[in-house]
Amino acid sequence: MASPRTLYDKIWDAHVVRIDEHGTSLLYIDRQLVHEVTSPQAFEGLRLAGRTPRRPEANLAVPDHNVPTTDRHLGITDPVSRLQVETLGANCRELGIRIFDMADKRQGIVHVIGPEEGFTLPGITMVCGDSHTSTHGAFGALAFGVGTSEVEHVLATQCLMQKKSKAMLVSVDGELGRGVTAKDIVLAVIGEIGTAGGTGHVIEYAGDAIRALSMEGRMTVCNMAIEAGARAGIIGIDQKTIDYVRGRPMAPQGALFEQAADYWLSLNSDPGAAYDRVVHLDAASIRPQVTWGTSPEMVLPVDGAVPDPDEIPDPVKAGSYRHALAYMGLAPGTAIGEIPLDKVFIGSCTNGRIEDLRAAAEVAKGGKVAPSIKLAMVVPGSGLVKEQAEAEGLDRVFLDAGFEWREPGCSMCLAMNADKLEPGERCASTSNRNFEGRQGQGGRTHLVSPAMAAAAAIHGRFVDVREI
Amino acid sequence: MPMQPFENFRGIVLPLDRANVDTDAIIPKQFLKSIQRTGFGPNLFDEWRYLDRGEPGQSCVGRPLNPDFVLNDPKYAGADILLARHNFGCGSSREHAPWALADHGFRVLIAPSFADIFHQNAIKNGLLPVVLDEAVVDRLFELATAGDAPLTIDVDLHNLTLDAAGFGVIEIAIDPFHHHCLIHGLDDIGLTLTHADEIAAYEARRRTETPWLFAAAN
Repeated sequence: MASPRTLYDKIWDAHVVRIDEHGTSLLYIDRQLVHEVTSPQAFEGLRLAGRTPRRPEANLAVPDHNVPTTDRHLGITDPVSRLQVETLGANCRELGIRIFDMADKRQGIVHVIGPEEGFTLPGITMVCGDSHTSTHGAFGALAFGVGTSEVEHVLATQCLMQKKSKAMLVSVDGELGRGVTAKDIVLAVIGEIGTAGGTGHVIEYAGDAIRALSMEGRMTVCNMAIEAGARAGIIGIDQKTIDYVRGRPMAPQGALFEQAADYWLSLNSDPGAAYDRVVHLDAASIRPQVTWGTSPEMVLPVDGAVPDPDEIPDPVKAGSYRHALAYMGLAPGTAIGEIPLDKVFIGSCTNGRIEDLRAAAEVAKGGKVAPSIKLAMVVPGSGLVKEQAEAEGLDRVFLDAGFEWREPGCSMCLAMNADKLEPGERCASTSNRNFEGRQGQGGRTHLVSPAMAAAAAIHGRFVDVREI
Repeated sequence: MPMQPFENFRGIVLPLDRANVDTDAIIPKQFLKSIQRTGFGPNLFDEWRYLDRGEPGQSCVGRPLNPDFVLNDPKYAGADILLARHNFGCGSSREHAPWALADHGFRVLIAPSFADIFHQNAIKNGLLPVVLDEAVVDRLFELATAGDAPLTIDVDLHNLTLDAAGFGVIEIAIDPFHHHCLIHGLDDIGLTLTHADEIAAYEARRRTETPWLFAAAN
């Protein structure tokens, strides 16, 4: 009898085209998402070598990083950003790759539109020149970020040369408390294993608390697998997965869908499958999380206090903490709830989906953004998320509370467009990285869930959403 | 893109004493707006290296340098080996990070660990990432920062050794396929395309097994 295999093993095995004498596999890639920042040099490389895409229809492109979130009808004013977005359009039109341009209501963040359109499917291999491609693992797909050379490799060959990663199981057991979300789970996981904890691994998330998450929540958890060092996160396929995919525009339809669904459900990890590392977290003990430093592993529960580097025995870690505290303008021992905020950002591929906006709106409803907050902005993950939110009246809730309601895109998650922090400004953000300068040079980022971000906007500081 | 074969050399070590150096720090986002593959070197570590705010297209000549950043220390002028702490290159998948490092003149990166995507991107650009034990890295930091002269290392990729002055020979491990690619400067797309028949056979089989992956999308 065959030995038990993980979901990762099964997807991997189904995609190996050949194995060379060095033990490197040629892995078939079913789908590629393309955006404007990491693709121009790949298209140029193809052109210089006289090559064309092997399967143009296996790619879907969208501009997201550079697009403005206000006055969309005026186009992009920054000429450098505009050229990059125009270059994507020109490349896709020339090579027959489908693109949702800025005027298309389906435009949005690559990792939001892939699932939304049914371009992301269970059991597939998927890449994108973007590290948050791990998001799509929520569907039981093997999805990971690649560099531009590999974008070009996939365009030209529909394959990548890969060594198989190790497997890590992160089991979140039991039930989450009220007000504790997928974002808090993944921040707690990163706090537990560190930002390099998953290096060389694919993380499979399992356990009651993961099964109980919606597809949106699962996407949040897989999205930040990369912040735990793992190129890919993955979650077993169940009825929620199937129901989410059914009827999506690019998903198989009718009898073909039923055939696919049977296959997808056969891919889950077998009982007794082996993992190189297993980590257990108790869901009930996870509290709402807030990062205090410049790495996602520098994270605390909302009722915590900033650590003192002098009490850290490891000199490298203590040095990192000192750098982080200096950059963040925080003193050791400061309570998370005492940190004053300047701006609030709700959006990104981590937390820019409809459920995230509903959770934030529920907290914001009837409140007012605190006078000390200079800007609180909500940026939907896609045009369709925006449309849905407006149909539910969420835009009115945000606008009445004093939030700005913007057009879809990556926005202030990485500040490649006009949305950015000024030096020294401090932001509660639902994005994924609190690195130095990530949201603007000198800007200070605290990562939180959408509900925590909305509550921070109303109160001007971090409060425990479980107590409001 | 084909790359140059990796030649053995003697290099100068730049000690960057930080853990978790992320790709946003290596090359900040505003420079990712370029549609070129070259020219990122002057903006390598831009926010740590200069005291003003850097913008794409701006000349870096005459920008105020941060005297406290190690890259600006004259002792390490001409360094082509970067020594760092664990999890170097974490974060974004931007290949602009190895492009910037290579454009600046780095050829070898030494750390106790590298982030996965960065590691792959480095190899694709002819940069050699070397993983060494924490204790060895600690000792190399001591040697690199002591005295007035920089630490030099002889890099022999063919025999898989580093010979660090004052330390001795260190054997290095590297994936055999990566070793092969670096030494021969391979165009790996060209290499994959030599297996086009096998790719086509795979696709034909999958068309039967998983037809929904090949059906025309609506």
